[in-house]
Amino acid sequence: MASPLDSVTPLEESEVADIVRSANAGGTTLRIVGHGSKSALGRNAPQERLLTTRRLNGVSLYEPQELVLTARAGTPLRDIIDLLDENGQQFAFEPIDYATLLGDSPRDDTLGGAISVNASGPRRIRAGAARDHVLGIRCVTGRGDIVKSGGRVMKNVTGYDLSKLLTGAFGTLAILTEITMKVLPKPETERTVLATGLGERESLALLRGASATPYEVSGLAVSFVEGHPTAALRLDGPEISVAHRSEDLIQSLRSTGAHFEKLDESRSRAHWIRLRDAAPVAEIEGQVWRLSVAPSDGFSVVDSLRGAGAPILAHFYDWAGGLIWLCLDGALDAHAVSIRAAVNRVGGHATLIRASEDVRGVVEVFHPQPETLARLTRSVKESFDPAHILERGRMRTEF
Amino acid sequence: MALRMPAPEQAILSRRNVLIERLRTALPESNVISDETGRRAYDCDALTMYRTLPLVVVLPETVEQVQAIMAIAEDMSVKVVPRGSGTSLSGGSLPLEDGILLGMSKFNRILEIDFENRCARVQPGVQNLAISKAVESRGFYYAPDPSSQIACSIGGNVAENAGGVHCLKYGLTTNNILGLELVLMGGERLRLGGKHLDSELYDLMGVITGSEGLLGVITEVTVRILQKPMIARGLLLGFPTVDAGARCVGAIIARGIVPGGLEMMDNATIRAVEAFQPCGYPLDAGAVVIVELDGAAAEVDHLVKEVEAIAQAEGATTTKISQSEEERLRFWAGRKNAFPAVSCIGPDYLCMDGTIPRARLPEVLTRMDELAKARGLRVANVFHAGDGNLHPLILYDASKEGDIERAEQLGADILRLCVAVGGVLTGEHGVGVEKRDLMGEMFNETDLDQQQRLKCAFDPQHRLNPGKVFPTLHRCAELGMMHVVGGKTPFPDLPRF
Repeated sequence: MASPLDSVTPLEESEVADIVRSANAGGTTLRIVGHGSKSALGRNAPQERLLTTRRLNGVSLYEPQELVLTARAGTPLRDIIDLLDENGQQFAFEPIDYATLLGDSPRDDTLGGAISVNASGPRRIRAGAARDHVLGIRCVTGRGDIVKSGGRVMKNVTGYDLSKLLTGAFGTLAILTEITMKVLPKPETERTVLATGLGERESLALLRGASATPYEVSGLAVSFVEGHPTAALRLDGPEISVAHRSEDLIQSLRSTGAHFEKLDESRSRAHWIRLRDAAPVAEIEGQVWRLSVAPSDGFSVVDSLRGAGAPILAHFYDWAGGLIWLCLDGALDAHAVSIRAAVNRVGGHATLIRASEDVRGVVEVFHPQPETLARLTRSVKESFDPAHILERGRMRTEF
Repeated sequence: MALRMPAPEQAILSRRNVLIERLRTALPESNVISDETGRRAYDCDALTMYRTLPLVVVLPETVEQVQAIMAIAEDMSVKVVPRGSGTSLSGGSLPLEDGILLGMSKFNRILEIDFENRCARVQPGVQNLAISKAVESRGFYYAPDPSSQIACSIGGNVAENAGGVHCLKYGLTTNNILGLELVLMGGERLRLGGKHLDSELYDLMGVITGSEGLLGVITEVTVRILQKPMIARGLLLGFPTVDAGARCVGAIIARGIVPGGLEMMDNATIRAVEAFQPCGYPLDAGAVVIVELDGAAAEVDHLVKEVEAIAQAEGATTTKISQSEEERLRFWAGRKNAFPAVSCIGPDYLCMDGTIPRARLPEVLTRMDELAKARGLRVANVFHAGDGNLHPLILYDASKEGDIERAEQLGADILRLCVAVGGVLTGEHGVGVEKRDLMGEMFNETDLDQQQRLKCAFDPQHRLNPGKVFPTLHRCAELGMMHVVGGKTPFPDLPRF
């Protein structure tokens, strides 16, 4: 971590640009943080200077009727969520709070941070990822240029969609300064149907069955209660609709032989906050991986890892089986080779989320890419940050 | 029409025969079209006012053939213009005199339908509607539904990030695809995403979607398919003024309702539609709003009542609620006929595609009326009211001297107005050649330079679809893609272009 002497806390976008230009001229590498809640994510790659966006703070536009909100990158996410809540709205992608995993105080993240890691939660299967809700971005590239992309309207195909590229880029392409988001009405209520009594594989099949019904399920996960698989199926919307749909859903899944139970609104919320924040793996000491595969491949990936003797301490599935959270007994190589081999057999990617600095210094945290893609990725990086000064090494050893 | 395009390169024109010969070694003879009659069929897309005879047309059938074409093109430094079904409204696949027209129409197979993972793998030439048809037996559909969906191809949809009338609730193309395969200039093949969610590292799929054929040639698309809503019901609402209609739309959304479809038409369009094929729109209304609510039956019935109450509170003079699927489709019939109906009164029309913040609509319409009067023209308006996407149809008569030019000038005036109120140049049709020279209204030089630097990362020689999207082309070296610090090139191991 850089010492306070090396840190800068700009107040304005133009100041950010000045700082980057001078860093560019001197070849000084920059770490970009909001509140620093995700400093332990990504490769361990110390930088020479720390740029904090926390004073780029404030909502500059919020028009509930237009479903649009613009805020500066350093605005606390909690403040924005509270503001939306007062107006009966929300970010539909249900941003994950990494605090439980990384040991920080709850929801101490900024909008810029959440967008920089494309922080999507369980509702991603229905409402899309964070990237699907970004309408426009202002940023300072690694060259020190102030660049805007997108706009504040829902439907826009003017020019390349750079906002998608910047979302999830961990600050390696540009420093986000202002973000315009699509916001949506908050469902009137929610309820969760729990299905128990089935094996792990059967529980996952039940999720996929539910995803092929028209009941608009907005969360599909399998976690474990005292070792027993528990499938959770969330329904949200107006009370009258949720009541009907949850009954219809249970009826349609009767033939699975599962035992069904309903969670009321408050228990449902608590259940999904735990899953959103990966609590079932976060609470166990060990290294944590996040795997993204096709839903029908989820079980076989975990099963093959078990077969290969990977020391899995805890795991659960979200996204109908397509998102796997694993907690493993710590190892210097974080079991990267076997995990990636299991994922590569079916297609997808695996990211090391929690491990010591040492481990994150030697293991590729992000999934390795085939050669053509790696070359293109590097060219794209250099089109924004030719001197590799932004978060050098945070995502890739080579940049 | 005079349209400034990159000047044809004599060096390419003079080697046309060599090029054709080389293409014939890579493709079956009949898939290389070099005679003028054959090429004439490809001289424009749906922006028919601009036509150019391509140097040669190729219709590959395999990805390997696409790779071979792209390798030959790079080797001979020939430009390539990709084309799907040629339904672009912005000239995205307008051919170049010195360029290969690469038609993807033979890539017309659905490769895999995976109901379990709710996706389908399709070739780029497959028509948008064909995907929904292929999965409807199990109650699924593909959500984005551009009005050209019976003709337009999914590859073209990806290139243009096509929208439709259900975008507010279901998103555009970019929100409904999981994977892409593409071939880069030079012939390299690349796969992005797959059946899993969210690509890792940079979201290249996100930036390729909507890149208008400038970054790569799409050879396969994995789309998400959705379960059809249990039921859908429509409301046909008439209002005395566009203002009142716009207020109603705002009130519906403010109530926390996100309709599957939310469309508005002004009086000029209502009259055109009713004259074309009557479907029960109130002729005296200043605006008609169509609301479609979909989902579970109980929820839809409940929301229909809420919307009805909102409409009445906002002064609706007509409120009809569909009592059958037939009636719901009849409400939509007028909206779907709007373009042909307007062309009957035009006789010609130019379709614009700005998006504005919805609250600015009354002001934009008033201003638009003034602009039209100043040019001596009329405008009919069709509006994707839910997402703020405006389609002003500028009526003109091509047989009248100077009318086309006036219509184009008015189009530019209107798009400038959209940008001035916080909107954008194009919501779903793309920039292409049509809005290319207006890009400066929305982006400054620095913004555009960064977009072109990204282009350089994919296509450093600007061989892929040049002359589209960007008003001026900068050589990649001018854009500083060669970065020098203290006289030394960093990372000397990196190949430079």
